[in-house]
Amino acid sequence: MAILADFKAEKPTWCPGCGDFGVLNALQRASVELGLDPEEMVVVSGIGCSGKLSAYFGSYGLHSIHGRSLPTAQGVKLANRELTVLAAGGDGDGFGIGLGHFIHAMRRNIDITYLVMDNHIYGLTTGQTSPTSDAGMITKTAPTGAVEEPVHPLHLALVTGCGFVAQGFSGDIVQLATIVKRAIAHKGFSFVNIFSPCVTYNKQNTYEFYKSHVKKVEDDPTYDAGNRFAALERVTEANALLTGVLYEGDRVTFEDGHAKYSTKGLATQEHTLSDDDYVKLLADFR
Amino acid sequence: MLQELSWKVGGQQGEGIDSTGKTFSSSLNRMGYFIYSYRHFSSRIKGGHTNDKVRVSTVQRFSSADKLDILLAFDQETIDFNGHELRAGGVVVADAKFNPVLPANIADDVILFSIPFTKLAEQNGASIMKNMVALGATAFVMGLSPDFCAAELQSKFGKKSQKIVDQNLAAVQAGYDAMKAQGQDFPELHLAPATPDKHLFLIGNDAIGFGALAAGVKIMPAYPITPASDVMEYLIKKLPQVGGVVVQTEDEIAALTMTIGASYAGSRTLTATSGPGLSLMMEAMGLAGMTETPVVIIDTQRGGPSTGLPTKHEQSDMNAVLFGTHGEIPKIVLAPATAEECFTATVDAFNYAEKYQCPTILITDLALSLASQSAKMFDYDYVTIDRGSLADPADLAKVVPGEMFKRYAHTSDGVSPRVFPGQKGGLHHVTGVEHNEVGRPDEGQANHVKMMDKRLGKLKGVELPNSVTYQGSENPDVLLVGVGSSYGPIGEALERLQQAGLSVGHAHVHVLSPFPVKALGDRMKNAKQVIVAESNATGQLFHLIRFHGLSHPEMQSYTKYDGTPFVPGEIENKVKGSMIEWQR
Repeated sequence: MAILADFKAEKPTWCPGCGDFGVLNALQRASVELGLDPEEMVVVSGIGCSGKLSAYFGSYGLHSIHGRSLPTAQGVKLANRELTVLAAGGDGDGFGIGLGHFIHAMRRNIDITYLVMDNHIYGLTTGQTSPTSDAGMITKTAPTGAVEEPVHPLHLALVTGCGFVAQGFSGDIVQLATIVKRAIAHKGFSFVNIFSPCVTYNKQNTYEFYKSHVKKVEDDPTYDAGNRFAALERVTEANALLTGVLYEGDRVTFEDGHAKYSTKGLATQEHTLSDDDYVKLLADFR
Repeated sequence: MLQELSWKVGGQQGEGIDSTGKTFSSSLNRMGYFIYSYRHFSSRIKGGHTNDKVRVSTVQRFSSADKLDILLAFDQETIDFNGHELRAGGVVVADAKFNPVLPANIADDVILFSIPFTKLAEQNGASIMKNMVALGATAFVMGLSPDFCAAELQSKFGKKSQKIVDQNLAAVQAGYDAMKAQGQDFPELHLAPATPDKHLFLIGNDAIGFGALAAGVKIMPAYPITPASDVMEYLIKKLPQVGGVVVQTEDEIAALTMTIGASYAGSRTLTATSGPGLSLMMEAMGLAGMTETPVVIIDTQRGGPSTGLPTKHEQSDMNAVLFGTHGEIPKIVLAPATAEECFTATVDAFNYAEKYQCPTILITDLALSLASQSAKMFDYDYVTIDRGSLADPADLAKVVPGEMFKRYAHTSDGVSPRVFPGQKGGLHHVTGVEHNEVGRPDEGQANHVKMMDKRLGKLKGVELPNSVTYQGSENPDVLLVGVGSSYGPIGEALERLQQAGLSVGHAHVHVLSPFPVKALGDRMKNAKQVIVAESNATGQLFHLIRFHGLSHPEMQSYTKYDGTPFVPGEIENKVKGSMIEWQR
């Protein structure tokens, strides 16, 4: 059984205090608690501070290109469905350049987990407006304040039919680890948006801000995580400052929807076509 | 008696022109004739002129004929648009419904027959069978039995209902009888009997799809695009039979990155696209090169730039395929010339991709991908599966816990053993960032140089087998150089020129990268004059040859970029013209 140390790899180079440390810690804890084997896991990341997660987590890691962690991760899973596959990205990576893939990954419902480290800013490129930057937020690329409406990832996930929608906060690793555990255990595509403060470039969406504004759905006995439309309403009312599992439902996965798709990992199977199959297939062209 | 005949059917898109051509071609292929059928179509579903030009021959041909013997017309536009292709003595058989007339620019002695296709079809059950009536009329002209298409119709409709088969056959008979009743026989248009030799009948894209199955492909992520979609549509039907799956992705960026993910995880995976999709794949192609992930990409070229001519022939993606993606990566680019080679090159592509651990692109053109053609039986023994350098489990067992596997270990040939996620002892990191032997980011100057040399060195000095094929004189006055589907028209022009007593040669390039400098250079050295024939405006192959340091004092570029492939006569005339000019 793997222990916490087994899920550690290279020493992170994130700024001291970066929210992404909390995400890494929560993922490591969740993996230990689920009894996962690092050699049976793949973390696929995009580009940005969040993209470094694949290098810092002690499993197989694939650092893809900007915005494309989702299709890359889906490819890994399709090749070997016996692996536990996670995709990770940031708000720029996932809701800017890669937004299209997010919607289609939810539709497709391949059994992977998507962690977005949402800091409302472009960190690695030193402080430009991101798709989730609040309206009016002043940055290098919006010196008079952002005028565009931010992307609303939770709403998007809920209306797109995502089977598992959650939100966590780097400042609450215990809750986040519990959410991540459930997300990995969920059969189908699971989405976890994580408030992961950028301590260097975002002085607005800080730990303090989230600590004083975020409410946990676990603390609200009236919250029904089985009702997509109720969740939409509650998320809207709370201005999306809710954490916990916001919605979970059953949907047929892409893998199960394709009845003849192998139940075993394809990567490990025989690649040779039998003489018999060869002749049969060729008969189509007569 | 003809050893070969050129036939065309034309009408409005959506009125069964395709299926008429298909029934005609498949029936004759079943009889042992060799078929080459090229469709003219537009980017719309209903309406607009479409035609199918079919060459029927007793020997294998890889190109359309210069001229037409028989034209089957369902509207006047077909006669007006295609009439100029008819040779003297050719025949037009047209539906009496539209009162067909011959235009002024038509060859001498072309005869028009007006047969009531639609009316006879209605009398036999339904107007939709007018194309069967037309096939019957054609059968009489060509001296075929009216039941020449019985086996094809049986296999097409037999499962649905015998009544449909019988009705169609009755319609064919009605057309045959109506043509016969015209009181004229056409012995000069009768086909010589075929050797009963069974061969395949398929499009190049089918051969690629089948090749992928034979190569062990289980996953294909792709986005629909003409003229590549057939590969995807074929595999959608077949992959489930081997436990695999096709994913219709949201775009080509997803298609290639998903391919990269699946290949990294150990499954043979391919994607297929055409020009616009290829452009979208460029960044991901660099990731595959940088991470040494074997991927196979099919690029079926169509007319560019931008949306260009989506349904027309061109060979203008070569520069993009060879030089595309930022930075410098090794790439293998295979350019098959025939349907048979679409099969073998696809099998090879997977072996090369895994052997050299780099993106491998199979580049075809619209004529090759979409022309329905007879092909010799594909050889099962050709198929080998070589997964390249894989880590020895004994070595993996030696990896100390906490240490990483050296996925990018420096080796003498630059190729490092691979492991797949899930393997014990194989933990490592993969990134598009410059990295060290275990895949960790490393921006050091010495490391970057060493890693660049490792990746690019994998193909340094490599010349793949059969990268240039050659026919003709050893020391030709004119050497023709081509790539892709022009193999057919150039090869046939060569035959004719040789028969005319001229000294010519044909070097065909089947591998664009690593470029066969030696194999082609040897041929160029022996020639007095070199003509590089290709379907693009800027002479991409011509310049590629020079880029690789090959030169010749009498080397010229011959390009065609009107959306149609070369026919043999064009090449023949070009060579004759340039020989006269050169002798001056």
